[in-house]
Amino acid sequence: HIVTLFKSSLDKNHKTGCGECQSQSCKIHKKM
Amino acid sequence: MVHFLKHNYQDKDYFFLWDVESGSLHNMDSVAFLCAKKRYDKTLSPNEEIEYKKISSKDKDEINAFFNQMEESGSLNSPPRVTYFKKNPDIVKALCLNICHDCNMRCAYCFAKDGSYNTAKEYMTFEVAKKAVDFLIENSGERKNLEIDFFGGEPLLNLDVIKKTVEYAKKAAAARGKVFHFTTTTNCALLDKETADYLNREMVNIVLSLDGRKATHERVRKCLDKTVKYEDLLKKAVYIKEIRGDKSYYVRGTFTVKNLDFSKDIIALNDAGFDQISIEPVVLEESSPLAIRKEHIDEINKEYERFANIYLDRRKTSKWFNFFHFMVDLDFGPCVNKRLTGCGAGTEYLSVSPSGEIYPCHQFVGMEDFIIGDVFIGIKRPEIRKKFSEICVLTKEKCQNCFAKYYCGGGCIANAHKFGEGMDAIYELSCHMTKKRLELSLAIAGIEKLYSINA
Repeated sequence: HIVTLFKSSLDKNHKTGCGECQSQSCKIHKKM
Repeated sequence: MVHFLKHNYQDKDYFFLWDVESGSLHNMDSVAFLCAKKRYDKTLSPNEEIEYKKISSKDKDEINAFFNQMEESGSLNSPPRVTYFKKNPDIVKALCLNICHDCNMRCAYCFAKDGSYNTAKEYMTFEVAKKAVDFLIENSGERKNLEIDFFGGEPLLNLDVIKKTVEYAKKAAAARGKVFHFTTTTNCALLDKETADYLNREMVNIVLSLDGRKATHERVRKCLDKTVKYEDLLKKAVYIKEIRGDKSYYVRGTFTVKNLDFSKDIIALNDAGFDQISIEPVVLEESSPLAIRKEHIDEINKEYERFANIYLDRRKTSKWFNFFHFMVDLDFGPCVNKRLTGCGAGTEYLSVSPSGEIYPCHQFVGMEDFIIGDVFIGIKRPEIRKKFSEICVLTKEKCQNCFAKYYCGGGCIANAHKFGEGMDAIYELSCHMTKKRLELSLAIAGIEKLYSINA
């Protein structure tokens, strides 16, 4: 038994970085 | 980098592999878990070696072939995505306004020293607040969403200036095509119905300071007005919870060495009706009688483990609640940029004292070496902001091989400066607890996902 429960959450958000979130899931949210 | 997790819930062991660089979480049986440890960790305990030798060659080959597939898909032992990051030292998007350096409570662990920040009792005037709003708008670049946190001391002691500032900021932002989001933290003592309704209307988040059980709360949080009782504060906080609806609030308490059984305080708050709760470890000089020290970490970690299972139980019932330090979004979560920026202290997030001095964050207020400028003239010492812009988890030597590095925001710079190894290093006590909480957060997320799959 091997199952992937969550895959690559960092990949999905690798190239965002709009700076609009509070200073956290973002969907204003227009390269790293 | 791969991290190994094992958690026992309802007499069943759950085994997880956490791929640090991709943020992938895998669940497996004990045999596959042992094969993973052999493959990635290289070191097995004597008992594990005995168990490993019992696994058939066929099973080992099958499991390792599956690991190969996972590696090829980028979800196991994957390489770093980002190796360099620098924060923008020029843009400001959030201000913490220390609206007054005064407080109607005397809390034994207060970092702000009874709300005064080791300075004279002082209230921010509307003129200073207006200048702060103007400073923020002028320095926000293309950012559309701006934030002001009304902080203290006890902010409600200066409610009139809060109200005027909110109205001024809304108009000033609208004229520039921007939007303000307001937040505040209160000890609840001054929350009459009119004030509560006002905060509910204007604040995107309200933080209510309560420490949990009556005995815990009253031991360290003393109201100057002796007629105000714990029950009064609780009643006022419950009213806020009831009127918030879908809007954000949370009850925020502190645990000290006097209540290392803090899960009981969390449960007491949940039983009182709250469903958004944060109870956080105190940060104090080691010499303080309330301080958490290295010798307490094992007991604290065991308490977090106990609490994790209570939490899993309650979240399946009408007592569902959200514990701040167990929140983890493994489907998306924040972007890498945000993870590495953390709180933004010293760069996009700054703090303003009642007289208008600008500091890197509220934790530095009152420390003269960290005055960056003031709201009348602006930034006078950009070198301080540059220093903060260069600090992130990727620049801290001890963080490079830490499995929590994308989930701690680099830790609190102020705590590292005041109590740790320096502002560009770590505060080790906090790291120990952060890592434990992340392990449990991942286990909770994994177990809840397995339950939803099986359902």
